[in-house]
Amino acid sequence: MIAALICVISLATFLQFFVSYSRSILASSRKVQLSDRVREVTGIPSQEIAADDFQRIVQLVRLCPERGDDQTEIRAVGTYYGLLHVLGQICRSLIPSVAAWTEQERRSCSYFAAVALDRRISYSRDLLTQQAGDRS
Amino acid sequence: MQLGPVDYGLWLIGFLLEAYVVVCSLFRKDFLRYIPLNIYMLAVALVTWGQYHFIHTYGLNSPSYFYYYYYSDSLLCILMYLVIIHFYQEVFVEMKVSRYIRGAAALLLAATAFFSYIVVRQNQEHMTTRFVVELEQNINFVVVVLTYLLWGAILKLRETRTRLIQLVLALGVAFSATAGSYALRNLFPDSSYLFRWVPPVMGVWLPLAWAYTLTKVPEDARLATARLVARAR
Repeated sequence: MIAALICVISLATFLQFFVSYSRSILASSRKVQLSDRVREVTGIPSQEIAADDFQRIVQLVRLCPERGDDQTEIRAVGTYYGLLHVLGQICRSLIPSVAAWTEQERRSCSYFAAVALDRRISYSRDLLTQQAGDRS
Repeated sequence: MQLGPVDYGLWLIGFLLEAYVVVCSLFRKDFLRYIPLNIYMLAVALVTWGQYHFIHTYGLNSPSYFYYYYYSDSLLCILMYLVIIHFYQEVFVEMKVSRYIRGAAALLLAATAFFSYIVVRQNQEHMTTRFVVELEQNINFVVVVLTYLLWGAILKLRETRTRLIQLVLALGVAFSATAGSYALRNLFPDSSYLFRWVPPVMGVWLPLAWAYTLTKVPEDARLATARLVARAR
């Protein structure tokens, strides 16, 4: 009985802590404005990014040279996005308000990925400039 | 039971990350600011190294390893209490209640130690795996409760320091997952192999998340806690 109680409470607190932790990572990207360059690359005209764009943007992120300092956060947000996707599918017909919330959260994940892509593109350009400078 | 390459891999990654947290704090001159956290990470790294030594010298199923594991785990538990108390003091710093927090923490530690002593004394004739799993489950659950209360205080007091928020949340994720896995092992002893991966994975997660926070999040970064609470519309 006690073990079952501890199990339920622990799993509930785990979910709450994990969601809050992921949102704390996402929050850092919300203030960042996307550049015209990244909108051009991703084909997204407006500031608003669709929830389903996440996987496509992450694939573009993987094509860029690694900066070496954003892998952990991209993986954590990727896991969060996956969980939201599953939750959204389950709640779509059962609890529409939760499904709407997961949609909004997934949009934040896509925005985060676009910010990561923007940073990687800037990094690649800096690398190219540096290499050109070294040659000349 | 034999340890495989995955067990050794997790051990090595955990050990390196724990050492990284301490070295990173030293280089960034944050060692004293987060001294309980650094002492805890240092102790976990040493205990991990010790576990490896005991397994190779005496074997995984030896009484020596058994006693080493549970004595060192008790020590780590006390250090974890100190880390949480430190976080409490940081959250309540402006209310100047450090003295009361220290007093309450000492009382709680003494109560937990006394409770554990009674439980161990009653079960010393049969220190079975089942009993040990139950004890671990209870100890980890106390940490979860303390962390949850701390998270509640952070939300209530509208704490905005991103570093502190992320350090506490990472701790909450690690200990709630660990306590949950021990409870599941207790409930379903026949399927315990399914959940035995959770504590080692969380042993990697905690130093990884702390290393990320200490490396990437500046001390002066601020975050509105209202943004972190999930609310369905």
